[in-house]
Amino acid sequence: MLYREAGDFKTTYSEDSQTFPIFFDRMGYYVTLLLAFGLVPLFINDYWANAVFVPFLIYAIAAIGLNILVGFAGQVSLGTGGFMAVGAYSVYKLMTSFPDVPVLIHVLIAGAITAFVGVLFGLPSLRIKGFYLAVATLAAQFFLVWLFNKVPWFYNYSASGQITVPQSKMLGFYVTGAQTSASAKYLFCLVVLVFVAVVARNLTRGTMGRKWMAIRDMDIAAEIIGVNPLNAKLTAFAVSSFFIGIAGALFFAVYLGAAEVTEAFSIQKSFLILFMVIIGGLGSIFGSFAGAAFLVLLPVFLKNVLVGQLGWPTDLAAHLELMIVGALIVGFLIAEPHGMAQLWRLAKEKLRLWPFPH
Amino acid sequence: MPVSHAEEGYVTADGRQIGGTLMELRNITLRFGGVVAIKDISFDIHDGEIRAIIGPNGAGKSSMLNVISGFYIPTEGDVYFKKVKRGPMKPYEVARLGIARTFQNIALFDGMSVLDNIMTGRLTMIKSGLLSQAIWYGAAAREEYQHREKVERIIDFLEIQNIRKTPVGRLPYGLKKRVELARALAAEPKLLLLDEPMAGMNVEEKEDMSRFILDLNDEFGTTICLIEHDMGVVMDLSDRVVVMDYGRKIGDGTPDEVRNNQDVIDAYLGVAHD
Amino acid sequence: MPEQLLYAMEVTLNGLMAGVMYSLVALGFVLIFKASGVFNYAQGVLALFAALTLVGLQNGQVPFAHVINAIFDTNLHTFGWKLPALLAILLAAAVMVLLAIIIERLVLKHLVSQAPIILFMATIGLAYFLEGLGDVMWGADIKKLDVGLPQGISDTIESLTDRWFGYGFFIDNLDIVATLVAVVLVASLTLFSQYSKQGRALRAVADDHQAALSVGISLRFIWVLVWSIAGFVALVAGIMWGTKSGVQFSLSLIALKALPVLMLGGFTSIPGAIVGGLIIGVGEKLFEFSIGPMVGGATENWFAYVLALLFLVFRPQGLFGEKIIERV
Repeated sequence: MLYREAGDFKTTYSEDSQTFPIFFDRMGYYVTLLLAFGLVPLFINDYWANAVFVPFLIYAIAAIGLNILVGFAGQVSLGTGGFMAVGAYSVYKLMTSFPDVPVLIHVLIAGAITAFVGVLFGLPSLRIKGFYLAVATLAAQFFLVWLFNKVPWFYNYSASGQITVPQSKMLGFYVTGAQTSASAKYLFCLVVLVFVAVVARNLTRGTMGRKWMAIRDMDIAAEIIGVNPLNAKLTAFAVSSFFIGIAGALFFAVYLGAAEVTEAFSIQKSFLILFMVIIGGLGSIFGSFAGAAFLVLLPVFLKNVLVGQLGWPTDLAAHLELMIVGALIVGFLIAEPHGMAQLWRLAKEKLRLWPFPH
Repeated sequence: MPVSHAEEGYVTADGRQIGGTLMELRNITLRFGGVVAIKDISFDIHDGEIRAIIGPNGAGKSSMLNVISGFYIPTEGDVYFKKVKRGPMKPYEVARLGIARTFQNIALFDGMSVLDNIMTGRLTMIKSGLLSQAIWYGAAAREEYQHREKVERIIDFLEIQNIRKTPVGRLPYGLKKRVELARALAAEPKLLLLDEPMAGMNVEEKEDMSRFILDLNDEFGTTICLIEHDMGVVMDLSDRVVVMDYGRKIGDGTPDEVRNNQDVIDAYLGVAHD
Repeated sequence: MPEQLLYAMEVTLNGLMAGVMYSLVALGFVLIFKASGVFNYAQGVLALFAALTLVGLQNGQVPFAHVINAIFDTNLHTFGWKLPALLAILLAAAVMVLLAIIIERLVLKHLVSQAPIILFMATIGLAYFLEGLGDVMWGADIKKLDVGLPQGISDTIESLTDRWFGYGFFIDNLDIVATLVAVVLVASLTLFSQYSKQGRALRAVADDHQAALSVGISLRFIWVLVWSIAGFVALVAGIMWGTKSGVQFSLSLIALKALPVLMLGGFTSIPGAIVGGLIIGVGEKLFEFSIGPMVGGATENWFAYVLALLFLVFRPQGLFGEKIIERV
């Protein structure tokens, strides 16, 4: 009964185009923010931070980034892992070269570098479309991983070929390195995620988002009504890669601490994030959160049940996970191509009318 | 080739003053490989008039419209817009000149709401940059709401207020056609191209659409060039008509002139070959 | 002849042979794409799954032994028999047909009218599922596959070339067999699609689904048929690759190389798949041979993709594809 729009009259266009037009949603959003910033950091420990919260926050950033490209602009990319690697190696080179600059700045610059690389690999999207483009982005994936693996300058000539994050502080707290507390990791990623989500939402609800969606839905018509496809596609690649680069930088600097490119940023990573976007919902910022949460929690859940409760071997649990994820992808594409976000929307539509059926 | 009316405009039968030449097509030929779609056609469109292109199936009408809208670049011949020769341009550059169009097979963005679809019509006028849009503050937000206001006027004009937030994919055919018109209007075009605006409509919907076309020519002074199959509608709506057959122009003039043109009668009713 | 040139010739020949292997996988893609418009990302995993099944059958492994052992605390591994290679291959082919039927029932039937890109993503999901299924059914350890194909360096070629050039070429026997098999496979597929009733139906469906339906061709039968053939092609590719480098997960990644092959050759052209495969095979071997040592090697990881990408920018429809005319 609380959840409805009747009586909640919008008198200006800015009220009408806000992110959460329904009062109840708006309150829910503020409460979530309050809990995320105020309550979780007080109780978070290393297990929860490393197994659930930090990977969720980082994957959510990457999923928002990929969703802009795939869900909003309609350009399928399988190069996410490679672009995350660009972010990771950029932040590594920046942190080791300029240790005095706050790491947040480095993370943003790493994003910008990734955006540049993304635009470079996005150029062919003008000539090739659909799955031709998807396959072409594999070139980015394989080439970038090879580059970071073979050119020693990128990993500062370390003997192992690994990159290891130096310690750094912000506002007096460690945010990278071994001494970082669980709550510092969590809060650092959370701040970045909120920034990314707000920017993504603003871009997608306005002019830029309309250009992207127009290109996605019917590129020829979009061009005839005045969308420059070069501009629209390349900004999509740039913004998307910017976010993905940030995610890669955080994934390495805050979450992993040490990384080897062929393991941390393989093509499996590209698929993982694509799946988050599909399961969560193409073209939905909320869906990116839902998809990231789902695919972060699923292995934790399976591991706890199959390995922890039933005592099955870990490798079997991992293989079952592959099957379940695969089946879910197919299932979602058949039943609800718009993913969890659409299920959520439908549920809300029902709720708005409740207790009446129509 | 003499043009039937003065370069400097004319007065229609019902007393409306029509301006000078807005667009002129000179000796347009369009070939696809060996197929000739348009053969050496010239005609002009005056400022403020309703100009129709008619002809039997496969006469090359849609190709002609695609040449005007810049989607096809003619093999030979020149296009003049506002007395300036138009070089080979990308379609989105043509849109920026102030030429908007609708499509024969509706080309709306199915994943977006009606409002968003119409807002895309104003994309060419947005000036705020990516950063400003990212923070949704200052210029970007102000611009958004200004354009929204203009779009709401068009929504009122076409009487589609109640479907504003509905995803376009869910709309019936007739409404989609109307939304497409709204999107084209949102661009405030100098020249509006309508590709079979009444195809597949019932009588009532046709009447509505005709009213919108006349109103918008009357109230906003928009120049309209339309392709249509329905002869009755065309003759009632338009000031001047071009008739095409097999890629050639076989008639050009007021509806009355065209109706009495022997070539046109032959093309439509068939002619006995010996 | 100078040593360097002879060596380059040998590299080229080896590249051609590797290209044949890529073409084998690419063939499966083209078949499915032509008949159903589905870009089947899972083709590589199909090859892996087929090879796993073949090894499992041959060695008398108990399917799902891992799961059964985990649930019932048993210690099952094999039935204790070995099947002859030919019987195992026939059985594996039957399994692939069964798989085709299941895929049609559970997946394709429900996605008929979806956009191509949705179907593409569905096949990525399918690939994940099959990969997991293969591991759960037969175990994830690296397996040796031996169905009696000749292996090792061909002595005949070595001694022949030694007599001609004074330099013996190293060519793998298996590659020669693979080339022969590929030739036979392409020939029989062409004959099938040109002259058999089912083949004609298949081409009709490829041209126009609706029209094919209206003359009484069963779309579902055609889909099962074409996925079965693709499954069989995958089995052949799986045997070749598996014999060469063992049956393991990386096999499905090698199969990914078939994608740039297709981009070069065009998605709908069988000759394109062959020529594209050869170009990629020779190209990457020569590139690694000439440029590789200067940049740290392992350029085979990306060369094919970058080549295809650059190529497509200049000719988006591939070598043999038809030019796309856009309409409104």
